[in-house]
Formats: sequence, structure tokens, C-alpha cells
Amino acid sequence: MNKQAGMRLSDMKEGQSGRILSVGGDLRLRRRILEMGLTRGAEFYIEKYAPLRDPLELTIRGMHISLRVSEASAIKVEPLEPANE
Amino acid sequence: MNKRRFKIALAGNPNSGKTTIFNHLTGTRQKVGNWPGVTVEKKVGDIEKFGSLLKIIDLPGTYSLTPFSIEEIVARDFILEENPDVVIDIIDASNLERSLYLANQLRELDCKVIFALNMADLARSRGYKIDKERLSELLGVPVVFTVGNKGQGIEDLLKVAIEHAESGQDIPETRKVRYSKDIEHAISDLRLVIEEKSGPEFPYNRRWTAVKLLEDDSIIKKRLEQILGHDSRELLERAQQLRSRLAELFKEEPEIVLTDERYGFIAGIVKEVVTTSTRRRIDVSRNVDLVLTNRFLGFPIFIFFIWAMFQVTFTLGAYPMAWFEAGIAWFSSGLGAVLPAGVLRDFLLNGVIAGVGSVIVFLPNILLLFFCIALFEDTGYMARAAFLMDRIMHLIGLHGKSFIPMLMGFGCNVPAIMAARTLESRKDRILTVLITPFMSCSARLPVYIVLAGTFFAANAGTVIFMLYVTGIFVAILTGRLFRSFLLSGEDAHFVMELPPYRIPMVKSLVIHMWDRAKMFLKKMGGVILVGSVVIWVLSAYPKNIDYSVDYDARIDQARQYYTEKIASATPGKAEELSEMRAQEIKELVRSRQVEHAEKSYLGRIGRVVSPVFEPVGIDWRGSVALLTGFVAKEVVVSTMGVLYAVEGDTESDALRRALRNSGMTPAAALAMMVFVLLYIPCLAAVTAIARETGSMKWPLLSVGYTTAVAWLAAFAVYQGGQFF
Repeated sequence: MNKQAGMRLSDMKEGQSGRILSVGGDLRLRRRILEMGLTRGAEFYIEKYAPLRDPLELTIRGMHISLRVSEASAIKVEPLEPANE
Repeated sequence: MNKRRFKIALAGNPNSGKTTIFNHLTGTRQKVGNWPGVTVEKKVGDIEKFGSLLKIIDLPGTYSLTPFSIEEIVARDFILEENPDVVIDIIDASNLERSLYLANQLRELDCKVIFALNMADLARSRGYKIDKERLSELLGVPVVFTVGNKGQGIEDLLKVAIEHAESGQDIPETRKVRYSKDIEHAISDLRLVIEEKSGPEFPYNRRWTAVKLLEDDSIIKKRLEQILGHDSRELLERAQQLRSRLAELFKEEPEIVLTDERYGFIAGIVKEVVTTSTRRRIDVSRNVDLVLTNRFLGFPIFIFFIWAMFQVTFTLGAYPMAWFEAGIAWFSSGLGAVLPAGVLRDFLLNGVIAGVGSVIVFLPNILLLFFCIALFEDTGYMARAAFLMDRIMHLIGLHGKSFIPMLMGFGCNVPAIMAARTLESRKDRILTVLITPFMSCSARLPVYIVLAGTFFAANAGTVIFMLYVTGIFVAILTGRLFRSFLLSGEDAHFVMELPPYRIPMVKSLVIHMWDRAKMFLKKMGGVILVGSVVIWVLSAYPKNIDYSVDYDARIDQARQYYTEKIASATPGKAEELSEMRAQEIKELVRSRQVEHAEKSYLGRIGRVVSPVFEPVGIDWRGSVALLTGFVAKEVVVSTMGVLYAVEGDTESDALRRALRNSGMTPAAALAMMVFVLLYIPCLAAVTAIARETGSMKWPLLSVGYTTAVAWLAAFAVYQGGQFF
């Protein structure tokens, strides 16, 4: 779609929104991530990174979820234009 | 009259308000135990309502029933094997979409489910409206609105639950989750094989079993092997074939596809039943988080909270602790006055009361600590603490949540080990429990004060500080070591919800505290009682020791000698003489005590083991002191007091002088301190380890490992010290 397609979740900055394209990683973790609602097509918002830059917090399906950066790096996403306020 | 009995299970996501509803339903009539074989808490309450006897079981809070974590396995097994009459799924109404994942897994399981849409008032105030009738119709499940913290809708919920249990009505097939065509084909295909192979007693829903086989669920595969025996072979093979076909078709593992499709189904339901008003909601929780996990403020605030917890637990806790100690002392002396001197009195006073007393004094600490932890958990701050600390803890291969138990270890290892329960992964829990004893607890401090004060007077503070650092260092090393060899495998993931902040309910805090107190007293009391009695027997027996000197005769002699002199002396002189008499008698009694200690079973054991301690510079008296330190580490000081022949006041200069005169070198003192820092956790801590890990393997490993590490470290220190 654009040149940023195929970005990793861990590349996203605080305050950015995006949509999930695919979830990688080992099967167990992948399934767990999916079960927490991070499925393909789901939209999220990067709430913040922890003070030590790991883990990160995102909002998805009305929930606040935290993930380690290493876990987030296995998730492919596409950034969304910020919604008009 | 014969009353009807129903078994009702409560399921739901963590933070859905499940525990609040459970507390409301059962009040104080709840029993807390563990699920068989695991350290997941099991809460059960028996109540009588609407003429029926209800057994309410609080299942562990989970997001799903996929058997990954112990909680999920426990929850699913309960429903599968114990067949509750009805399962109430507590759903956080403001988070319907995510809650429906578990809800749909419950529906697929073919148990009777009803939904409690909890905290619907909160959801509505956020502009989130749920059409309850529509939801009930679409999913074929009765739905009740509840507000757990106000107790609203709870009666209604029970009534519906009982009605539903009696109705014998199942969820219509048509209302179940439908998957895409290819998956449904595979399901019916497998289902045919299951129907063909299984008899009428087949315990599980067949469609569900087929789905689980497609998901490659190892637990269900094993169960099928047990139930169907040889017949399961064909079934499992067929499942494998279908799985590979689906994997090829979707370019994805079937379990991933199924999860995806479940969420698709849920999204459809949510669209139909939820109306969100455009009103922008004010997310208080998020604003709180802007401060509490702020890049600059997050850590200072966290450190402040931890400091406050420490203060409350150990500083504030010191007052009731002192009352308990005074109470025990009073009781002990009272009993001592009433009972005739003899074995029974010794046994009760020095064995039983001293032993049990040494445990009970921890009770205020335990209560306060768990009050603080419950506060952290119930407000939602615990998840944030893990969020802040995870980066650091992950270096040792641990989860962010391990930080709190480890830190509490500096106060007392026992509650710290119990606090490891808050960890979800079993491996993390065991690892945390095993390294917590290296956190130098407050009972070890008196030993350092005496030894460091004696031999490193000018630098005592630095030496003690370095000991604490050494403990942390060894903990880190041990963590890495165990993580790579003993508890290897992937680290627990950190995919975790940061639940909204909530105002905790006093009732649930109190129940939490009370549960801990009961558990502590019941389970620990027994073992520690036995342990202290054993140590007492070893130190008090044999009774008739062959003394090298006839102390009784010597004491009589001295008394007589001085009494005669006093009789013929001037009043001023008499006073001086009577003091001398007391002094001499005291000396003799003490010498007898030392010889008794030396010749008691414990002393003999000390002599036997002393060669082991020789290379680390600890003599037989130190060995005995260390052995008695197993009961509680501060006992090391009092034993040294007895053995190095000083008066009761062990922190007095007398012990210091005696230690210096005993030939102990600074290197040996340092070695001894290092040993005390690292060696066997005390009896109470070992009991806690056994209890929290649910097996004898880990406490034994802990005892062996810590002692070995202590010896090696002490050896290095002592031998190294010889060069200076």
C-alpha cells in the first residue's frame, strides 16, 4: 500500500496508530498474542513505551496490552494516518 | 427434607470482577485451598439459596481455555471432568469483545453457560450500550446484568443459574461458532470418526473434541488415548492428515486460523449487540497511567510505593510483633510458674512455645505485607510494577512481577516466598522462590552486626552493605544458571493486560489477608513446631551429662563460702561479698551451660561436622551456631552467646570480647558472615518453599544448593583472607 507497509510493531512510535498484518514468532506465543485480540486487521494505538524502552503498551479492542519489544518485533503492521481530531 | 444440590462454577477473565462476585455470593463461607497438584488457588463456598444447596467454585481467571498456563488447564479440566451444573461466565461489560473469546470457548465446551454482564453501569456511563436480549438470543445463553461491587443483580444471577441448571436445555447447535467452510468440513469429517469409535459414555462433546484435535491439543489427545485405547490411533492419524491439509490450504497452522475465525465471529456479535455513543469517553485510568508509568516519574513513584510497603510491613509491623513477643514471653513465664520443673515444662516452654512463638511473631508482617500486595493487585498497580521492572528482571530471565517477592526478601524470606504466588508462570514462580533466600533477610542482620562490629569496627557499615550486594549478585548468577539448566525453555511471555485502575474493596482486601493468615498458621505451624521440638531435643539431651567438674557441688561450695564470710563481715563489706557470690555462681552456671551445649547431641553433631567447617575458618562452636540457625537465623547469635560463654545480652561487648579472644580472625568472621548470608534458608522459609512449589524436590535442592554455594563462597573468602 505504501512504502511503510511491512513495518514491525516494535518500529512504531509512541502515539502512532496501526493495523496488524500478521503475527510471527513461535507457535505458542503467536497463539497467545492472537488470543489476546491482536489478530489480523485489528487496529491499535501505541500508548507508550516503558521508561526503560521495553516493554511497550498498546490499546487494542478497548484494552491496554503490554508486550516486550522482542515479542512486538515479530508482529508485522501497517501504520495508519492519525485520525482527524 | 432433601434439598437439591448444584455445583456452580464461576469463570471469567482476570479483572472481570469475578472475585468480587464470588465474595458477594459466599461471604465468609469460603474455603481456600489449592487445586490438586498445583499451586493455583482454589476457592469454594457452600451456600443455601432458594431452597437449594449451592457449591460455588471460583475458577482461576483466564483469557482463554487453551491449555497453556496452569490456570487455563485447571479451569478447563474442572469443567470437563467435574461437570458443574452450570458455569457462570463473568463478563466485563465494558470489554465485551475480549470477554467473548473465553465465553465462546465455554459455549463450545457444551457445558451449561450463563453470562453475567458485570459492571454494565460503568460501561453505559462510557457510552457503551449492550442489547442484552439480542446477545442472549444470538448466542443461546441466558444473560444477566450485574454490578459486582454493589451487589446488584447477584440474586437474579443465582436464580437464573438454578433455573438453567434444572432446565436441561443445551445451546442449540445452530447458535455455536461457525467456522469457514473448509474448517467445518474437517470438523464434520473428524466428528464422524469420533462417533464411530466412541461409545455412549464418551465424556466430551464430539464437535468440541473434533475442534480440539484440529488444534492439536496435546491434553485432549492424551485423554483420547486413555479413553479409546487402541481405537484412538486412527482418529489421531486422521486429525493429523486434516491438519496438514488445512495448513496447506490456509498457509497457516489450523489453530491460528481457528483463533482468527473466532475473533471474526465475535466481531460480528459485537457489531449486532453493542451501540457506542459518539460521546468521547474520559479514560481516568489512562490519565493515572500518564503519571504512574511516566518516563521520568514512573520509577521514583514506584520506588516510593515499595519503600512505603517496606515501612508498613516491617517498621509498622514491628509494633504488633513486639506485642506478640511480649505476649508469648508472658504466657511462657506464666506457664513456667504454674508447671512443676521437669521434662514436661522444659518441653512446653523451650520446645513448643519457643518454636511456635518464633513463627507466630511473623504473623503481623505477613498480614501487612499481604494487605499491601492485595492493594497493589486490586488497584491494578501490580501490572504496572511489572511493566516498569520487566526490562531489568528479564536480564535474569525473570518476569517483571518477580521483583516484588525478591525485594520483600530483604525483610523476611517467608512472606516473600509466599508473594511469588502472584506470578503466572510456574517456572518463574519456582525460580523466584529459589533465589529469594539470597536476599539477606532482617534476621541475618544481628549476626552481621555482632561479627562485623567486632572485627571490622571502623568499616562495619561497608562490610554489611557488601554482604547485601553479594546476596543480590549470587541471586542473579543463580537465576541465570537455573534458567539455563534447570528451568530452561522459553521465558514466560509478557503479553499481559494492563487492567484499568480500580478502587479496591475493603471486603476483598480483608478476605485476602485473612486467607493468607490462615494458610500461614495452619500449614507452617505444624512443620515448624516439629522442627523446633527436634532442635530442642537435640540441644537439651542427653540430660545426665558426665560433667568434667561437679558444678552443683562447686556452686554449693561457693555459696557456703560466701555466706559464711558475709555473716562475719561489716554491712558495707557484706554487700560487696554478696555481689561476688552472685558473680561466681553465675560463672559456674554458665560454664555448666557451655559444657552441656558441648556434650548435648547438638554439640556432638557440631563436633562431627566441624571438620567440614574447618577449611572456612569456623570452629565447632560456630558450627553448632550455624546448625541452630536453621530454626531461625537470628538464633545464630544467641547460640554463639551461649557457646562463647557470655551473658544473655548477646549484643553486649562481652560477646565481642569473647569472640576476639576465641582466636577467630577477621577472615574467619567474614567467612562466617558470608556463610550465614548464603546458607540454608531457615526452617520457615524451607517450609514455605515446599508449600509454594508443591513438591519436596525444590526445597531439598534449595537446601543443598545454598549450602554448597555458602561453603564455596566462605572457603574463598577465608582462604583468600589468609594472604592479607
